[in-house]
Amino acid sequence: MSRRLDVDVAIIGGGLVGSSAALALRGMGMSVALLDKGFCGAQASGVNYGGVRRQGRPLEQLPLSQRAHAIWPRLQALIGIDGEFLRSGHLKLARDEADMAALEAYAEVVAGQGLGLELIGHNGLRERFGWVGGDVVGASFCAGDGHANPRLVSTGFASAARRAGVHVLENTPVKGVTRNGAGFALEAGDDLSLSARFVINSAGAWADSFAAAFGESVPLARIYPSMVVTEPLEAIMTANIGMEGGGIYARQVERGNCVVGGERALPLDDPDFSRPRGEGALAIMNRAAELFPGLRHAHAIRFWSGTEGAIPDHNPVIGLSLTTPGLIHAFGFTGAGFQIAPGVGEVLAELVRDGRSTTPIDAFTIGRFAPVPISTRTDRGSGAGEASEPQHPRETRS
Amino acid sequence: MTAPAQPLIVGAGPAGVRAAETLVKAGLRPLVVDEAPASGGQIYRQRLVADERSSTALYGSEASKAETLHRDFAALAGRLDYWPQALLWNLRDGKADVAVAGTSRKIAYDGLILATGATDRILPMPGWTLPGVFTLGGAQIALKAQGCAIGSRVVFLGSGPLLYLVAWQYLKAGVDVAAVLDTAPFNAKFNLLRGLTLEPAVILRGMRMTAELRLRGVALHYGVEDVRVEGDRRVEAIMWRQGSRSRTLSCDGIGYGLALRSETQLADLAGCRFRFDQRDRAWLPESDAGGRGSVPGVYLAGDGAAIAGADAAELAGERAGLALLEDRGLAHAPERAVAIERALSRIGRFRNVLESAFPFPAHWAKDIADETPVCRCEEISAGEVRRAVGNFEISELNRLKAVSRIGMGRCQGRICGSVAAEILAGETGRGIDAVGRLRSQAPVKPIPLALTMAATGGAEAAE
Repeated sequence: MSRRLDVDVAIIGGGLVGSSAALALRGMGMSVALLDKGFCGAQASGVNYGGVRRQGRPLEQLPLSQRAHAIWPRLQALIGIDGEFLRSGHLKLARDEADMAALEAYAEVVAGQGLGLELIGHNGLRERFGWVGGDVVGASFCAGDGHANPRLVSTGFASAARRAGVHVLENTPVKGVTRNGAGFALEAGDDLSLSARFVINSAGAWADSFAAAFGESVPLARIYPSMVVTEPLEAIMTANIGMEGGGIYARQVERGNCVVGGERALPLDDPDFSRPRGEGALAIMNRAAELFPGLRHAHAIRFWSGTEGAIPDHNPVIGLSLTTPGLIHAFGFTGAGFQIAPGVGEVLAELVRDGRSTTPIDAFTIGRFAPVPISTRTDRGSGAGEASEPQHPRETRS
Repeated sequence: MTAPAQPLIVGAGPAGVRAAETLVKAGLRPLVVDEAPASGGQIYRQRLVADERSSTALYGSEASKAETLHRDFAALAGRLDYWPQALLWNLRDGKADVAVAGTSRKIAYDGLILATGATDRILPMPGWTLPGVFTLGGAQIALKAQGCAIGSRVVFLGSGPLLYLVAWQYLKAGVDVAAVLDTAPFNAKFNLLRGLTLEPAVILRGMRMTAELRLRGVALHYGVEDVRVEGDRRVEAIMWRQGSRSRTLSCDGIGYGLALRSETQLADLAGCRFRFDQRDRAWLPESDAGGRGSVPGVYLAGDGAAIAGADAAELAGERAGLALLEDRGLAHAPERAVAIERALSRIGRFRNVLESAFPFPAHWAKDIADETPVCRCEEISAGEVRRAVGNFEISELNRLKAVSRIGMGRCQGRICGSVAAEILAGETGRGIDAVGRLRSQAPVKPIPLALTMAATGGAEAAE
């Protein structure tokens, strides 16, 4: 027997973007189905580094980022848990004068955006962040940034959505979605037929096929973060650390474990699963031991990886479909979606209700890509992201 | 030019040693990596430093097997490469990352025999993390390798043949064994009679040990339930219930174990397919009668493939070696392979007998008190696990890990993972086979951040 469900909005993909949109839409009184092919928050939203960072984002992302910034301290009220959110500040290090000049230039560009960046010289760094060693000449500090636990936040939004009355349907892959007279018809799981007035495509690294089904091509590739976790240590790192030019990022959670990232993992035979490479993980570990003297004698107890959708220009796709009324896209956050995702959820809800967002999102239109011929695509995505990926990728993590 | 890759054997216990011997005899030169400083595995673990104890004092009735295994492995020197104190911490794309003396080497291999052994299986109980509580295996290793007892007045608790063996070994070593507390009812032991036709010597040896324990005044209690360990800063007493009677015994050491669990992380990293094994209540790598895993070129032998004991491990190691030879088109003694498979199948039937005589008290899981710690590494209590299941409506083990941290600590779920699965199954009212299994991740054990990567891999590079 097939099941039927009629809702105002069907959301494909139960990551942080989809589940925060679901929660916001319920708050507007709409009926919502949140569909995930696996478990909500188990992909990029749950396996990213956990940086809650505005600093370093391109100018066009900052209004959205500021909107999200206001949401993070309210998680307890919004989803019932604080998600281990810690406003530790984000400290971006410069290895040489050129890096420092880049940090200074960035601070100038974003001066009017309210990030409150503070440039710190070598001596100031030693004084205030004495636990940072290595060859570092200075840094830029964003006191309002921080970090959180992605596993909890992503799952927490989905749980809150469920409690708010969203139909959360896990292990229910969407097999087909078509536009019909009144809206959309979706086939999902073994026997579920859905009708919806709106569809949100927040399917992360799997979103391109849904966009393509409506004639919209996106050069979406896959990237795999490579994370290392140390045993719990005494409190050492007081800020979330980034590095100008990339190479390493690190934070210490309240329990004492340090989380260090900076390389890419590789997919397994099933490209939906990935694991760090041994030499990649070792490179990060060695870098961390060198940069943070307090970690020199620590042990790595755990690695993790996951699948993230990436777009060559490092900006996500957010906005209305250009081919299909009622279809809204939000994916391709390229390793930097965690902090802005709760803001994106609110924007998506506005797009459903009002057809437009109060936060500028024009830069993220799906219309910015030239059509990609189908024949150049591979099952790992278009490959466009990899070509643009330098040896030591610039920091694109959250 | 690179030399042709060697077969890689992980573990130098009974299975790994016999696998290595089989390959060497056929003219291959395997690389054997093992975490221990000397061969023998856990069961035939060698002393760290020589002392006055004889092999018989160390290994009891199994002394000649231990001596033979050590001697046979030593005789292979020069015809294989052997890295003791080496941790294989990652497998991917047909290569292994092995940490030896602060340096990590990348090893390409042609054929991988996993003889990774087993660790003790436990279920948490109040007080189980107090100093003075050891696993049965840990208690045995302290005695064997270091000549230490875990206390001066010791209680042994749990299920499985090891319970009586370790108690007997402690008694022989002159330690005051206060009691043996068996979690199975006495009548479960009648099942052992069915084993008499399969392995008469093993059954009789067990009976002799039990008789000797009794004769020397060691109290044997059966059907032990609701166990708790008491003590302020360390073990002072153990309390339990038998039927309607509550009992207490003072002691300063407790050896505790509920049989063994297979070490399967490397089989998982190698990409092997797993199946749920009802007898072991665990997910185990699939293998055929020759030990071939689902991934071509990966072989499984010994307790790491399924719990079957040391004798079976020796046979399975040899059998896996023969399978590797056969798959390479080398001479591989098919008659011997058939004989081994027959012997292993008999031991398998015997294992069923043992399981009915020493059943796992699965019903304990639902009674673990909320305040009892389940995960020592991450300090997570049973109540926290249950609340995570409820708050996030969790139905799968990896999701439970994600929201509760269980299995994320130093042991990577090797100790607490099966407990978490039991609790999750209990909370969601499903069988333990329906809640999934923890996906293994490197590093399989902690490695130093400062571990350096060797410029070149291969066995020669280490010499």
